[in-house]
Amino acid sequence: MVADAETVQKLRHPVLAFAARWLFTTNHKEIGSLYLWLSFTLFFIAGGMAMFMRLELFEPGIQFIDPLYYNQILTLHGLVMVFGVVMPAFVGLANWMIPLMIGAPDMALPRLNNFSFWILPFAFAMLLSTLFMEGGAPNFGWTFYAPLSTTYGPPSTDFFILGVHMMGISSIMGAINIIVTIVNLRAPGMKYMQMPLFVWTWFITAFLLIMVMPVLAGVVTMMLTDRHFGTSFFQAAGGGDPVLFQHIFWFFGHPEVYILILPGFGIASQIIPTFARKKLFGYHSMVYATIAIAALSFVVWGHHMFTTGMPLFAQMFIMYATMLIAVPTGVKVFNWVATMWGGSMTFETPMLFAIGFVMMFTIGGFSGVMLALVPADIQYHDTYFVVAHFHYVLYPGAIFGTMAAVYYWLPKWCGHMYDERLGKIHFWAATIAVNLTFFPMHFTGLAGMPRRIPDYSLQFTDFNMMSSIGSWLLGLTQIFFLYIVIKTIRGGAKATDQVWEGAEGLEWTIPSPAPLHTFETPPVITDGHK
Amino acid sequence: MSAQDKRKHIFMLSALAVGMFGFAFAMVPLYNVFCEITGLNGKTAAQAALIEEVNRSISPVDREVRIEFLASVARGMPWEFRPLQNELTVRPGEMNTTTFYVRNRANKTVTGQAVPSVSPGQAALYLKKIECFCFEQQELPAGGELEMGVSFFVDADLPANINELTLSYTMFLVGEIGAEKIASHHE
Repeated sequence: MVADAETVQKLRHPVLAFAARWLFTTNHKEIGSLYLWLSFTLFFIAGGMAMFMRLELFEPGIQFIDPLYYNQILTLHGLVMVFGVVMPAFVGLANWMIPLMIGAPDMALPRLNNFSFWILPFAFAMLLSTLFMEGGAPNFGWTFYAPLSTTYGPPSTDFFILGVHMMGISSIMGAINIIVTIVNLRAPGMKYMQMPLFVWTWFITAFLLIMVMPVLAGVVTMMLTDRHFGTSFFQAAGGGDPVLFQHIFWFFGHPEVYILILPGFGIASQIIPTFARKKLFGYHSMVYATIAIAALSFVVWGHHMFTTGMPLFAQMFIMYATMLIAVPTGVKVFNWVATMWGGSMTFETPMLFAIGFVMMFTIGGFSGVMLALVPADIQYHDTYFVVAHFHYVLYPGAIFGTMAAVYYWLPKWCGHMYDERLGKIHFWAATIAVNLTFFPMHFTGLAGMPRRIPDYSLQFTDFNMMSSIGSWLLGLTQIFFLYIVIKTIRGGAKATDQVWEGAEGLEWTIPSPAPLHTFETPPVITDGHK
Repeated sequence: MSAQDKRKHIFMLSALAVGMFGFAFAMVPLYNVFCEITGLNGKTAAQAALIEEVNRSISPVDREVRIEFLASVARGMPWEFRPLQNELTVRPGEMNTTTFYVRNRANKTVTGQAVPSVSPGQAALYLKKIECFCFEQQELPAGGELEMGVSFFVDADLPANINELTLSYTMFLVGEIGAEKIASHHE
């Protein structure tokens, strides 16, 4: 079924026509928008859960939420943020921008693209519906360690397993589509080493997805057979081993965290040169650093498991390999700084978010190096220090990266400039709120406050109150962001084709707003496009 | 781009995805082999030590090692389970025997399986069992009790830095008469 204009017109009823257009669309821009809106919607749902948890954590003791329910929203917050917010947001950006950046008319597999998207709303509807089931939603944390999730998981765990399978299928198909597009549909003359970095980082991310999402599918399949078909993969009584679960999970889980950040690196590498009005410093080293990070991600999963007991040699190897990742990551950070160095910089909202990304992601990176140290990690393990670490790399990292991308490309998508004053207010409010929320967690974590518990000792009260107030402010700023996006779509100053004075690349050669079909004739590549 | 190229790439990438799904399952035997070689995770060998191994290792050395015994039951297991000796001081390379006591407190027949673990993990390789109740399942009638022996020796090659080790058993519920038996692939 192809939704060309004629088919849509034949359906006279406007609601049917609307539904048909979006259900059957195979256009990369429309599918990109669908991904982004799904991500945005789930962002508010999972964010709401976070604020609900912060309400309970405002004061010590149990005030508002039953601890069992706290465990459920904690689990769903993590799962939805990882699989429903960050990943679909990046896939949406890839759909929109990769064909425009490489001069392709569309994705290589448009119908597969439609299918990958439309699995997701059902997967998440199923996952969220577990909240209303008898026995409650999954309550074992987003890492679903066995046997907590197999022997002791609620009945709704099976819905969770099926939901994860569906998300995995969607991600794998999306990744195959992206690789096939990049390999086959680059404009004639565009060499790999001429591709924009957003395309490069996504190319590498897609390989990571194809290699680890099937492992996730494997581990949830083992859970399913352990629960219902009498196998004992993770049950010691039957000869299995619960620690094996952690090995398989983190073999997926560690590359997964790079899946959540590499496209963000690509975004920063697009935006910073535009507003510094300089070429990206060290293009080649950026590409090789990304490949190095992706390759190293496969040998460091054990650093999530230092406290499970491991031979000394394994601990040492994993510790050094993990710290080694700081080298290519440092190369990237220095390249961004060097790009800004001596540039004629202006600080429009996308640039602010990109600089915020670089600075605050680096804070998260440093706490990551601290956690890589075996003797220190045994102290930090399962404390709020870990929570602070991964929220610093995910919120000011992945989420700020996505916001930078939205501000940067929104004028191209809808043809209007966003309100610069509101954008700046959004950035500064979000930056203050994100630090107010997550910075105190470093201190409570170092002082020994355990994560995933709805209650805490009295001495942590002040820091937790600060975090809670910060989180509500952060929630408000994102509602403000929604307002800015809607306002920009509905109207505003007309955007030029190039949009930004210093912008380079094929996506800025087409009209704003981008017409539904672009590059039906491949563009001619001269040396300039990077 | 030719359509053929595109099909080839889709095929290769899909094969990679299917292969990685298989790899997840391949990690199960790989992990077990890895644990047996390294003693990772305190896993002891699931079978009795081989006679050649015994002959090679039985040569008491002048050194003492303290072994503590622990016994616990998994959730849902209605048995009382404890070691009759809490600890033993042994010489590496010398044969030892100890006894565990178990009693079924339920009013029905229950089958159990004990799973051993050694701590520290590195010591697992050096604790060799000649005979152990953990090699097979136990079935006890309602109220039945049993004293179960373990014959073992500590390998004379035990690293010098290990002077204390713990042998712990967890008794798991395998099945109850009347209830469906839980399949087990214990090797």
